Amino acid sequence: MKIIVPIKQVPETTAVNLDEKTGTMIREGVESIVNPLDLYAIECALQLHEAHGGDMVALSMGPMRAEKALREAVAMGCDSAVLLSDKAFAGSDTWATGYALAAAIRKLAPFDLIICGERATDGDTGQVGPGIAAFLDLPVATYVGKLDEITKRSARLRRLVEGGYEQLEIQLPAVLTVVKEIAAPRLPTLRGKQRSRKIDIPVWKPHDLDIEPAKIGLDGSPTRVVKIFCPKISRTCEKLTASSDDAVAAAADRFVQFVSEKGLL
Amino acid sequence: MTPKQSNSHHGIWIFAEQSAGEIQRVSHELLTRARKLADTRRTDLSAFVLGCRIPEPDLVELIDRGADRVVVMQAPELEHFLVEPYAACLLHLIDEFRPEVLLAGATTTGRTLMPYVAAKADAGLTADCTHLDIEPNTGNLLQTRPAIGGNILATIKTQHHRPQMATVRPRSSRPAEKDERRTGEIVRLDPPPSALASRIKRTGFIPEEGAHPLQDADIVVSVGRGVKKAENVPVVEPLVAALNAALGASRDVVDRGWLSYPHQVGLSGKTVSPRLYVAVGISGTIQHLAGMQTSDTIIAVNSDPDAQIFRVADLGIVGDLFEVVPAIVERLNRREPHQ
Repeated sequence: MKIIVPIKQVPETTAVNLDEKTGTMIREGVESIVNPLDLYAIECALQLHEAHGGDMVALSMGPMRAEKALREAVAMGCDSAVLLSDKAFAGSDTWATGYALAAAIRKLAPFDLIICGERATDGDTGQVGPGIAAFLDLPVATYVGKLDEITKRSARLRRLVEGGYEQLEIQLPAVLTVVKEIAAPRLPTLRGKQRSRKIDIPVWKPHDLDIEPAKIGLDGSPTRVVKIFCPKISRTCEKLTASSDDAVAAAADRFVQFVSEKGLL
Repeated sequence: MTPKQSNSHHGIWIFAEQSAGEIQRVSHELLTRARKLADTRRTDLSAFVLGCRIPEPDLVELIDRGADRVVVMQAPELEHFLVEPYAACLLHLIDEFRPEVLLAGATTTGRTLMPYVAAKADAGLTADCTHLDIEPNTGNLLQTRPAIGGNILATIKTQHHRPQMATVRPRSSRPAEKDERRTGEIVRLDPPPSALASRIKRTGFIPEEGAHPLQDADIVVSVGRGVKKAENVPVVEPLVAALNAALGASRDVVDRGWLSYPHQVGLSGKTVSPRLYVAVGISGTIQHLAGMQTSDTIIAVNSDPDAQIFRVADLGIVGDLFEVVPAIVERLNRREPHQ
């Protein structure tokens, strides 16, 4: 079984500093990590890999430093990794990212599964996984919380949706996006770390792929960010201390009053 | 009206989502926003429904709530959401009617269907918008959404590609009011036969245990590590019941197995934005705040006066949750008969 895991490098924290004047994010001094939600995808793939053998490739698109994220994936157990990196890819939105990653995956074919994290913690869109599936004309199951059975031809799985779990049977090859529940990510092993330091990670450029140059990067992206700003959080916390019986009673009274004033009862 | 009247794209469209044959509340919320956009843009508003045996009154209700036209495709294969047939039908619709704007709810369905369609339609798509507007001079759709765990807002536009597609966060607007004097047409189309093939089969559904799902709740009561152990989780249950709320949990509570994963709110769980969020014994890590800080009103109960959760709360009660919660419940239950 060959599994491809597309991952993203993201800033370590979600506590962003915004330059209010320019509307750009200040990223200096912020560590980069593997998107935490991609770790579930990597773990899910590793477990399938251990059970069924085969080949497992981590794939990322980003600046050259995103190579570090791929080395972490190798340290966890991925067999190999590929990085798409070029100025021409810079500024890609989810459409252009899906398009480029799909082209890279085509080059890695044949494969059985593509497993993605639910979304990246910086962009928060969750659009690239289904986008890859569409560009490759593959079926996709999103929000997968459990894999019940997998064969060479199909998988039975559960999708976490509003109100419960949808049970699906999906033909392979297919794209899955997984949620935390799928598996608890392992830590890299010492051997894995050693391997990850030595492994050669090929860097693919647009000319290595069968793509139309006009469809990648900022110019190939249908959407454009026109403004970034901080949400106005105008919350002023009315803080009550409930340290005595009377204070508890007063706080509880205030809770009920507060909630009914807001028309929530 | 006949499709393909002109080559230019026009009209605001919503994808009206149904589940088990019932049009979902999020579709009525979409009508609120879409009606405003259509009026600003001086164009018409259409709703697109895919399903099987959707009751007629539900289709009429879409008109009562703001649609000028409802386009329906029905087939047994469309009873439940399956990405391939749904995408094929939506792509057919885009081809026939050439919408200028196409909106769907940012539900598990919308967030799967829309990116799949956008990729194939060569269209721009913005995820999980909380604000939509029309740019005065260009008529472009301005799509504003929270990113990076709700810490920033970004306004996005799609200048040259059509349709301009967006998913809209559920509960970010009220359902449109019903006005039975409104008129509109219901157009029934046959799904293209080639569109109904699916490599995915739906074999069953396992309902979530407990009351109602987090994403659909007006009020969420979430419990954190402050309850100290699994046996203490029931302390919040009377509060959940008294407020008719859904039960949420912090990551700690889920990782310890005190509540199941579908309850988890936060970065690696669900993002909710109910009208009221009550955080009980939750310290308020950045990851938790990312999943709830856009709630309308936030109330926190925590024994630590310096807990981060108070930074985003409107009302904070510093105290022992085992004393405070029962006192609140007692008062809520006492006032019930007077309503």
